[in-house]
Amino acid sequence: MDTNVAHAERWLSVIAGSALTAYGLKRRSAPGFLIGALGAALVWRGATGFCPVYGAAGFSTAEDDDGRPVSVPYGRGIQVEKTVTINASPESLYQFWRNFENLPRFMENLESVEVIDAKRSRWVADGPAGMDADWEAEIINEIPNELIGWRSVEGSRISNAGSVHFTPASGGRGTEVKVVLRYDPPGGKLGAVISRMFGEDPDWQVHEDLRRLKMLIETGEIATIQDQPSGRN
Amino acid sequence: MRAVCWWGKGDVRVLDVPDPEILNPHDAIVRVTLTAICGSDLHLFDGVVPTMLRGDILGHEFMGEIVEVGSEVKRLKVGDRVIVPFPIACGRCWFCQNKLWSLCDNTNPNAWMVEAITGYAGSGIYGYSHMYGGYAGGQAEYARVVFADTNAVKIPAGIPDEKVLFLTDILPTGYMAAENCDIRPGDTVAVWGCGPVGLFAIASARLLGAERILAIDRIPERLALAQEQWGAEPLNYEDVDDPFDDIKQRTGGRGPDKCIDAVGMEGHGHTADAIYDRVKQALRVQFDRAHSLRQALHACRKGGTVSIPGVYAGLIDKVPFGTAFAKGLTLKMGQTHVHNYTGPLLARIEKGEIDPSVIITHRVGLDDAPEMYEIFRDKEEDCIKVVMKP
Ligand SMILES: NC(=O)c1ccc[n+]([C@@H]2O[C@H](COP(=O)([O-])OP(=O)(O)OC[C@H]3O[C@@H](n4cnc5c(N)ncnc54)[C@H](O)[C@@H]3O)[C@@H](O)[C@H]2O)c1
Ligand SMILES: [Zn+2]
Ligand SMILES: [Zn+2]
Repeated sequence: MDTNVAHAERWLSVIAGSALTAYGLKRRSAPGFLIGALGAALVWRGATGFCPVYGAAGFSTAEDDDGRPVSVPYGRGIQVEKTVTINASPESLYQFWRNFENLPRFMENLESVEVIDAKRSRWVADGPAGMDADWEAEIINEIPNELIGWRSVEGSRISNAGSVHFTPASGGRGTEVKVVLRYDPPGGKLGAVISRMFGEDPDWQVHEDLRRLKMLIETGEIATIQDQPSGRN
Repeated sequence: MRAVCWWGKGDVRVLDVPDPEILNPHDAIVRVTLTAICGSDLHLFDGVVPTMLRGDILGHEFMGEIVEVGSEVKRLKVGDRVIVPFPIACGRCWFCQNKLWSLCDNTNPNAWMVEAITGYAGSGIYGYSHMYGGYAGGQAEYARVVFADTNAVKIPAGIPDEKVLFLTDILPTGYMAAENCDIRPGDTVAVWGCGPVGLFAIASARLLGAERILAIDRIPERLALAQEQWGAEPLNYEDVDDPFDDIKQRTGGRGPDKCIDAVGMEGHGHTADAIYDRVKQALRVQFDRAHSLRQALHACRKGGTVSIPGVYAGLIDKVPFGTAFAKGLTLKMGQTHVHNYTGPLLARIEKGEIDPSVIITHRVGLDDAPEMYEIFRDKEEDCIKVVMKP
């Protein structure tokens, strides 16, 4: 594979595309396969990309049988995939998530999201000591009540992409919410900000963010002990 | 307010702390009228449960009067008299909706700590370490109750605090232990441990129709209470060479139909080997604390049930799993789903079928807590159960 291809744009496409691919393959139907093929094309574009060069580290993209990328750029791109089951309908969860302004309510390190129009939004992450970082994101694919894929717009200082998938859970248990997030940690101050956004342990951070989403949706509040009394205060 | 705080191993202090406040819309604040020290608190006192922080307010058995409610509390109002089950349930997750309250998904802000050990985490618990949520407990003048509509049970006037306080934990725990035995007419039930949990398991086995009950412990006054109150046959395991032989002979060579391990052991840890170390340490410095579990598995008749209300936490060495398999045993265990039992057991208390207050031996104020933790731990002064009136 060509190693002299920038990976930023590429993996953004991979994320967005794999959302479609996974969806399509799951459906096992003609329209499904069409969507899947569209997704695969995006993945392919991502894997071969015409994107701005962005530090061309070695990059091997493999795919498992549901079209998911199974490798990340060596030492650079970070991908997290987490699933939680929430006792609510796919429709209500999709509605909640589709309004990106709700995301900071459960994503600990996200300060605010402002919706600009139907596709675009401005995200502000909580940086250490006044070093907030912001970027603009756009929705690049979406199937109502099923999935949403987004990525930071071209030229953003902080490149990241994500997708969320809503699948009915067995036995009337609500919805399995799968989130795939990928980001390219830049160096320097920005790197510190974005790293903080995903936490020191991105896997853990996303898991905990999803736990908070579940609490919020199922109960209307997020469990806390902050500011309770103790013999320490 | 005054509150009983954990200050370190063997060190409990009564301190002035800020009053609790409503932190979430489903919260309520209770003015505590009666609270108790539980056998589980002794594990905190002994320092064997990790993630305790100096200053944490203790206590998960408490009741009182609602003095403030959050904006989303609909069912309860200021002035209601309530008991508070120790597991904190949200009432809305799949587990709560399937009556598995102590396995609630949504009440432990530190669930990840438990998940690191067990894969999936259960509910938060008041006053029971940060791995169980770090909630301030009820051994205090006031306490915050989470999801109050689900977790505070109204108690009618006219029935004294002492008769209903144990609906918060040990009475339902003993009852669920007996219920898990699926007791049939003619059954013999053997109960290891005659602390408050074992005693209420015995009382419940009686209510549920056990024909014979063997009470196993080494503390004479506890065995005596089991015999006097609920007609159990005492077996002081220090008086016999091998409790197994004794139990086998007393049951016609068949073994008890159902066995309840109400002794338990706690050895939480973050990694498997830390847990193992702690277990080994416990085995070295105290009696063999997994002993009762091994004995119960060994003594139970073929095809019987072993019910385990006693708390076990990690990897336990040399548990005869092959024995359990060979005899086709049924094992039941877990933190009590207290919410399922408060209504039915309150009805039994009101009808006079059971008087939980008979196990109370010490009635004190909050300021006596440090001394009482020691007396209860060391089983001095014939202590069985301590209640404290703030
Ligand atoms: N499952 C639950 O939800 C739940 C709830 C409350 C308490 N618990 C647990 O139940 C256990 C008992 O609680 P408690 O309040 O009765 O405590 P306790 O310490 O007062 O009672 C334990 C009793 O077991 C006896 N014992 C010790 N080793 C024995 C052995 N080898 N054979 C027979 N008896 C033995 C002790 O002498 C003591 O009387 C504890 O582990 C506690 O954490 C579990
Ligand atoms: Zn208890
Ligand atoms: Zn719940």
